[in-house]
Amino acid sequence: MKIVVAMRQLADLVEELEVNADGTDIDRDFVKFVSNEWDEAALEEALCHKDDGDAEITVVALDEPDVDQTLYTALAKGADRAVKLTGHDPEGWIRTGDRAAILASWLERDDFDLVLTGVQAADDLDGQLAGVLAERLGVRHAAVVVGFHDADSAVQVEQELGGGTVAVSSLELPAVLGIQAARQTPRYASITRIRQAQQTQTIQEVEISAGGSLGGTVRKISPPKKRGGAEMLEGSASEVAERIAELIRSKGLARS
Amino acid sequence: MAISVLVLSERIAGEHPEATFELLGKGSKLAKQLGGELAVAVAGTDYPVQELGGADVILELAGLEAGAYAAPIWEAGVAAAIAASSPRVVLMSTGTVGLDLGGSLATRFGGQLASYVIDLDVDGEEILATAQLYGGKMLAEVALDSFICFATVIPGSFPADDGRSTGSPRVERIEVGEKPKAVAMAIREPETGGVDITAAPMLVSVGRGIGSSDNLELVQELADALKVPLSASRPVIDSGWLPKPHQVGKSGKKVKPSIYLSFGISGAPEHLEGMRNAEMIIACNTDPGAPIFEVAHFGTTVDLFDLVPELTERFGG
Amino acid sequence: MPVAGKKQLPDVVELESAIVKSPISGREWDVSGSFSRMLNPRVLTDYTYAGFAKIASLTGGESLQNCYGCGKCVPVCPVDLVGEYGPRKIHRRVQTGLDLFKADELWMCTTCANCLRVCPKQVNMVEVMPAVREAAVAAGDIPEELQVVMEKTFRYGNALGENPRKRHAWTKGAGVPVRVLSGDPGPVDVLFYVEDYWSYHPRGQQAAQAFARLLSHAGVDFAILGAEEKTVGDSQRLAGEKGLFEALMEEVVQVLDKYDFRRIVTPDPHGFNALVKEYPKYGHNYEVLHYTQLLAPLVGNLPLTNRIDAKVTFHDPCYLGRHNGEYDAPRTLINAIPGVELIEMGRCKGNSYCCGGGGGGMWLDGFNANHLTERLSERRVREAAETGADILAVCCPYEVSRFEDAAKSTGNERLKVMDISELLDMAIG
Ligand SMILES: Cc1cc2nc3c(=O)[nH]c(=O)nc-3n(C[C@H](O)[C@H](O)[C@H](O)COP(=O)(O)OP(=O)(O)OC[C@H]3O[C@@H](n4cnc5c(N)ncnc54)[C@H](O)[C@@H]3O)c2cc1C
Ligand code: SF4
Ligand code: SF4
Repeated sequence: MKIVVAMRQLADLVEELEVNADGTDIDRDFVKFVSNEWDEAALEEALCHKDDGDAEITVVALDEPDVDQTLYTALAKGADRAVKLTGHDPEGWIRTGDRAAILASWLERDDFDLVLTGVQAADDLDGQLAGVLAERLGVRHAAVVVGFHDADSAVQVEQELGGGTVAVSSLELPAVLGIQAARQTPRYASITRIRQAQQTQTIQEVEISAGGSLGGTVRKISPPKKRGGAEMLEGSASEVAERIAELIRSKGLARS
Repeated sequence: MAISVLVLSERIAGEHPEATFELLGKGSKLAKQLGGELAVAVAGTDYPVQELGGADVILELAGLEAGAYAAPIWEAGVAAAIAASSPRVVLMSTGTVGLDLGGSLATRFGGQLASYVIDLDVDGEEILATAQLYGGKMLAEVALDSFICFATVIPGSFPADDGRSTGSPRVERIEVGEKPKAVAMAIREPETGGVDITAAPMLVSVGRGIGSSDNLELVQELADALKVPLSASRPVIDSGWLPKPHQVGKSGKKVKPSIYLSFGISGAPEHLEGMRNAEMIIACNTDPGAPIFEVAHFGTTVDLFDLVPELTERFGG
Repeated sequence: MPVAGKKQLPDVVELESAIVKSPISGREWDVSGSFSRMLNPRVLTDYTYAGFAKIASLTGGESLQNCYGCGKCVPVCPVDLVGEYGPRKIHRRVQTGLDLFKADELWMCTTCANCLRVCPKQVNMVEVMPAVREAAVAAGDIPEELQVVMEKTFRYGNALGENPRKRHAWTKGAGVPVRVLSGDPGPVDVLFYVEDYWSYHPRGQQAAQAFARLLSHAGVDFAILGAEEKTVGDSQRLAGEKGLFEALMEEVVQVLDKYDFRRIVTPDPHGFNALVKEYPKYGHNYEVLHYTQLLAPLVGNLPLTNRIDAKVTFHDPCYLGRHNGEYDAPRTLINAIPGVELIEMGRCKGNSYCCGGGGGGMWLDGFNANHLTERLSERRVREAAETGADILAVCCPYEVSRFEDAAKSTGNERLKVMDISELLDMAIG
């Protein structure tokens, strides 16, 4: 089975995000970019399938800051091939419609059974990639996927509906799945192995020109106003513990 | 009168979800502003009708059997409803169905979409959406000007009571011609473990801030001392550190204890969804900017590894 | 392995009536009712060499097989004091089939080097353990706690996963100007390599601020790298991520090459160790001093006029003392403070106990807790408290946080833990 994992970079939320000069995007100059954690789950799930059987994994990503890092790490973890799509502005905010159009244009030339990607990303304001991509490719899709197995020309998919309830369905291949969680935490690729991958493997670069609007016009972005919020308890751990203990006792929930 | 707003009820079985009423409430205001009717699309034919009085029209998606779900089948059904009603605005929630269908339907109809929406308004010819970005660290104001606009709304953004009114909407049946290459097979209920976190008067809840499963014992001791169950945010569950029935949030349990004591939980919208209605929320998080403090009543930035043992001690642990 | 710290007594077999017969002469001994080694099972032939062969094939892993079982290393191993450990025991377990590459034991050695000090066969755990760990990590076997730190170090250049741009946020509270080379790149005498815990840990930041004030009092021309600094990552190397260490080294050297300085001074004995011993192996040679070594000869220039009437005991960091032979500089500084009475702990200098933070131990607290009766830091703090000291002085950035925590958890809050730089700063009038 040929699995394509679509991965992407995102501003690291460890950073304090700031708004750019014209107020319509975050200031990208000083933020660090890291791979989307849901894409990491998608990759992990693909790798688990490879461990179990005969999946062949291609990781594909649009050119974005530090994307090579993500692609080499994927190779070090066991992906078979890495592809970087160029031809767009790698520094800007790539909106979902454009991202999907670029990926679709490449996927149409490549052969695949399944595309896995993260169920969401912190900046997919214009909708989640899986559904948009699938519609462009004219194939089946499912989001919030927590497990799947392939059965001949179809894939049996488990989607989390909430409260642990799972919907099981069968989709004819090819299909695009938005992965919510892998069956295990993403594996570790030692830096030695990542560096080996850097030296021995190559990232294939493909230039694509495509685009597709989907989102509206962003008039402005801004950090949310702090409303009321919590009353902060100050002091040492012991003082704070005492205050919390009082609160708990005040609700009659515990003695001593 | 033409239909201007279409709300999708994401009911697969049982009751209509809370979000449906939230969207109906907001949807009826938008419909008035746009000078049209409010429609609600419902899967199947066997659903609680009387509760949908907030809408003017019910669009029954025939052939979408209740009790099973497959994205392509629902997509075909909702697409047929959209084609039949040509609304200006389609509202869904950011639940599984909304995440599934929002992007593909918007693409199919060539409309614009805003996701993680927390507020909506009509501004002249445009639909104005306020949406969360970067997990709520930013808010975006997006103007949608397409012929048909889509919004997936974060549950809890609008009061549900506004959407719960009695009335007698007309019912229209939508036939779905398209045959999607998919089969809806089953709905599987979660395995029930020993504990029921939804019944507990108080919860000690732990998030990724705990760092590793080896540290879990620390909070377990506190929970034991307080004689309450341990609950958790999803990363803790995903890592297999606690069984699934302990998860609070969108894809876990909705809880409403008298006290919700959280440690190392950032307060992502999906988590808040499960606990924001607790009577008293006390949050411990070393990051003073963590969104959990926006819903918490009391907060502290003391390190959980310092605070938890102190608390345990005070309750005889 | 046995439950934390409870040593298992050997089974002593005494039979009511027993005759032992020599297989060679045929002679018989009557050993009824008394102990005889002959009656106890011995399994000397019950192992293969395979375990050692696998370890010995690794660069650095050669020496474990040399152990001849004398046992000198066990009583000096700090981990054995609170658990079951030491090269002798690891050797024996590998002999009887332990797969060290997959075992929890692999992560418990702090690479403190106390065993090497006494081992007649030069079994070198400081090389063996990192070599085996490297192989394990490459195979994806790494404790989760450690994995997170490796990922953070790789991503952010510091083990705490803090924002690299806030690396010099501590300078704001220093009260003296601290020059950052990127903004003011002229030549400088001392490049102060702050390292992670002094940069980010709140208690470390206080020490960094104190040290900056001391440098300024002593009239030292110094500067820092600020956001351009990344950890040297020596503990990450010893915990099995040599690749990460090398990747960091490339970046560190690239930054160092940009600037004109005479010597590097760092508070972190781990970084110090790597700069002194590992960097030259790759052809990178710098003049490097631990901060106590810089200050000791200058102590006369410091106006140490405030008396500190306190009993002070000092913990030798493994990587300053045992690994790099510096025992005097910190003591010179402590003794220079008027009023201070320095009391040594039983285990000091060459035989100093380990705080447990080395070799990755800093990031394996939860993991190791499953195997130890108490933390090494707790054990050490109790030792320090028993001397009757008021202050436990340290000069490794890992230690203030470790020992303060341990002082709390062992009920020795009375014992104050202070970096030597903080003590000197207090003594300045
Ligand atoms: C469809 C969908 C459904 C989802 N459903 C759920 C759900 O049901 N429940 C759920 O929880 N999530 C759910 N999520 C995931 C959600 O988006 C967040 O990723 C998740 O809630 C984050 O968990 P966290 O707060 O534990 O981790 P993080 O966001 O990583 O936060 C950890 C926090 O711990 C703090 N911290 C670190 N160390 C310490 C310390 N020593 N002391 C104190 N604080 C510390 C940090 O400052 C940080 O704020 C869902 C996501 C999707 C897309
Ligand atoms: S001191 Fe050396 S030879 Fe003796 S038991 Fe320990 S490792 Fe073996
Ligand atoms: S290096 Fe230290 S911790 Fe490791 S075995 Fe030797 S004495 Fe024990």
